[in-house]
Amino acid sequence: MNRAALLVLADGRFPAGGYAHSGGAEAAVKAGRLTDTASLEEFCRGRLHTSGAVAASLAAAAALGLDPGALDRAADARTPSPALRAVARRLGRQLVRAARAAWPHQRLDALVRDFPKGAHQPVVLGVAAHAAGLGPEDAAYCSAHEGVSGPATAVVRLLGLDPFEATAVLARLAPDVDRVARDAVAAAHRAAREGIDTLPARSAPLLEIGAEAHAAWPVRLFAS
Amino acid sequence: MHLGHHHDGPAAVSADAHRPDGTRRALRIGLGGPVGTGKTATVAALCRALRQELSLAVVTNDIYTREDARFLLREAVLPPERITAVETGACPHTAIRDDISANLEAVEDLEDTVGPLDLVLVESGGDNLTATFSRGLVDAQVFVIDVAGGDDIPRKGGPGVTTADLLVVNKTDLAPHVGSDLERMAADARAQRGDLPVVFQSLRGEAGVRDVADWVRARLAAWTA
Amino acid sequence: MTPPGGVRARAEILARGDGHGRTALPLLAGEGPLAVRRTRGTGTGARVLLVGAMSGPLGGDHFTVTARAAAGARLSVGSAAATLALPGQDRAGARHEVRLAVDDDAELRWLPEQLISAHGSDLEVVTRVDLAPTARLVLREEQVLGRAGEEPGRLSSRLTLRIGGHCLLDQELACGPGAPAGWDGPAGLGGHRAVGQLLVARPEFATEPPVTRMLAEGAALLPLPGPAVLVSAVAPDGLRLRRLLDAALAALG
Repeated sequence: MNRAALLVLADGRFPAGGYAHSGGAEAAVKAGRLTDTASLEEFCRGRLHTSGAVAASLAAAAALGLDPGALDRAADARTPSPALRAVARRLGRQLVRAARAAWPHQRLDALVRDFPKGAHQPVVLGVAAHAAGLGPEDAAYCSAHEGVSGPATAVVRLLGLDPFEATAVLARLAPDVDRVARDAVAAAHRAAREGIDTLPARSAPLLEIGAEAHAAWPVRLFAS
Repeated sequence: MHLGHHHDGPAAVSADAHRPDGTRRALRIGLGGPVGTGKTATVAALCRALRQELSLAVVTNDIYTREDARFLLREAVLPPERITAVETGACPHTAIRDDISANLEAVEDLEDTVGPLDLVLVESGGDNLTATFSRGLVDAQVFVIDVAGGDDIPRKGGPGVTTADLLVVNKTDLAPHVGSDLERMAADARAQRGDLPVVFQSLRGEAGVRDVADWVRARLAAWTA
Repeated sequence: MTPPGGVRARAEILARGDGHGRTALPLLAGEGPLAVRRTRGTGTGARVLLVGAMSGPLGGDHFTVTARAAAGARLSVGSAAATLALPGQDRAGARHEVRLAVDDDAELRWLPEQLISAHGSDLEVVTRVDLAPTARLVLREEQVLGRAGEEPGRLSSRLTLRIGGHCLLDQELACGPGAPAGWDGPAGLGGHRAVGQLLVARPEFATEPPVTRMLAEGAALLPLPGPAVLVSAVAPDGLRLRRLLDAALAALG
């Protein structure tokens, strides 16, 4: 176990392209659903317990050593929005590049070979965590954390929200992140025993619909 | 270090000079500089000047998704498949310096889809004087300022003015109208940059982008040598 | 586990081509609160109505509906009225399972009325669809959260679609009291009280997939990673949701 590697992987400055994505926050701001600190918190909480929980489970399962190809198909099935599938693959491709430079590993090389246009980001994250000497719990934490820190950072830029308040939102969400990470690890172990179909599939309708609306805008600040 | 190292698969790490198949990849030149100094116009002029002799493509990094890419498309300087817009989450300088992964991906995708390229121009959206490109993204960078922004910019320096491989002082035709002293700008630039080259240009003049295009040709000759 | 207080009931429908271009129903069986009736079909297809003989599902109930369209069948299934999930005498949750299978050269149109999650109810719906590679499907699911002006019960609904054994869609929606926090927030339902899915699978989508598009502010047409599309929609109420989904189906032709 090499816990310090988790800080490197989870650092918002890890160069894997995340800064250009709002996790659906830009669409929610435009639609008037995300306007202040309180709605940011609710947005992040909803995202965390739906697509965030799915992503954390996929990441934990990949870190546990489950087949990335099967996990990638499971991620596809859990992402009905084509825009979000494309985003997940782009971010996966960007992450594998950074991860290979940081922690060269044959499982990362295999991901590049098998998915030249990128595998779903949570799957890559799990394999990267493994390459970094981390375990399923670390991968789940990293995934759950970035699933809420991304939108929070974006909303600071989109709404000019007080960055201290945005950070306080993340602090208040910490117990939820703990729960999601714990459940994700349990889900990964269950998937190892009973099959990948048992992974959670919770969805957030407005994230999926909003992602398609956002992808159709001619002009936007964030890639998603 | 992974420079010059061969990797499996298409996603090379950072600044590898070769494509996965061993061939030398396209030369990448970055163009940055403050808002409104004529970066996109310079890119457009370069495309017009070089497209007969080179296979080239452009990646734009904008504050808003596709503004500069749209300008280039409207000007029809290149076919649309040779122009890619990278989204930057309102931070072009992050995309060209701190986290270059989206740009590297865009460059690789261009090489994959439109075939072997000689040159990729990576333009950064209007930012400030501190914006510079990562050496992991570009092989050389051009910093574009203009006379209308004040003739004290070369004296003030900053990483762009001081370290760019080429400094372009644009819109020289406006100098008399805005009271900028070109001699002074040249002297200040020399003091800041030593032997690094400086080009004064007016895209409206007869020479247009010629000097910058010649500089690009020389870099390309050195790259492929 | 279903405690002894709940009702277990099954309904089964099997349709197949009769060899003369029409659809036969060799099996049409329901029990207890799940009755099934053949109604007048249109053209050569068979039409079946699910008729609720009593209210429910209540807490503790466990219903299973199975339908299969075998080769040559054109089967359309609807329901006589909305399904109302209600709280039961015992506090256990209710479970409603729907298992649908469509063989090659067969079509199923599964268009039940809305599911209404009444205050205090606790229902888990599991819908599993297995299609052969050239099967055709239209499936509509609508969840309405609470009767007029009422807080909803707890509802979880999981929908999976497999074509040729390959899973194209696995989607779970959880809402109401006890659902993971944020379900009604700006990422989840954003205060909308009706949410629906229209799932359409056609073999020709493999070569000519429909284009992703917004159908309304709260509805998008989402091509899945295979020959099927999902229309995902939210609306303030069931009526407006139905209009969105009807328009989406019409747009698909």
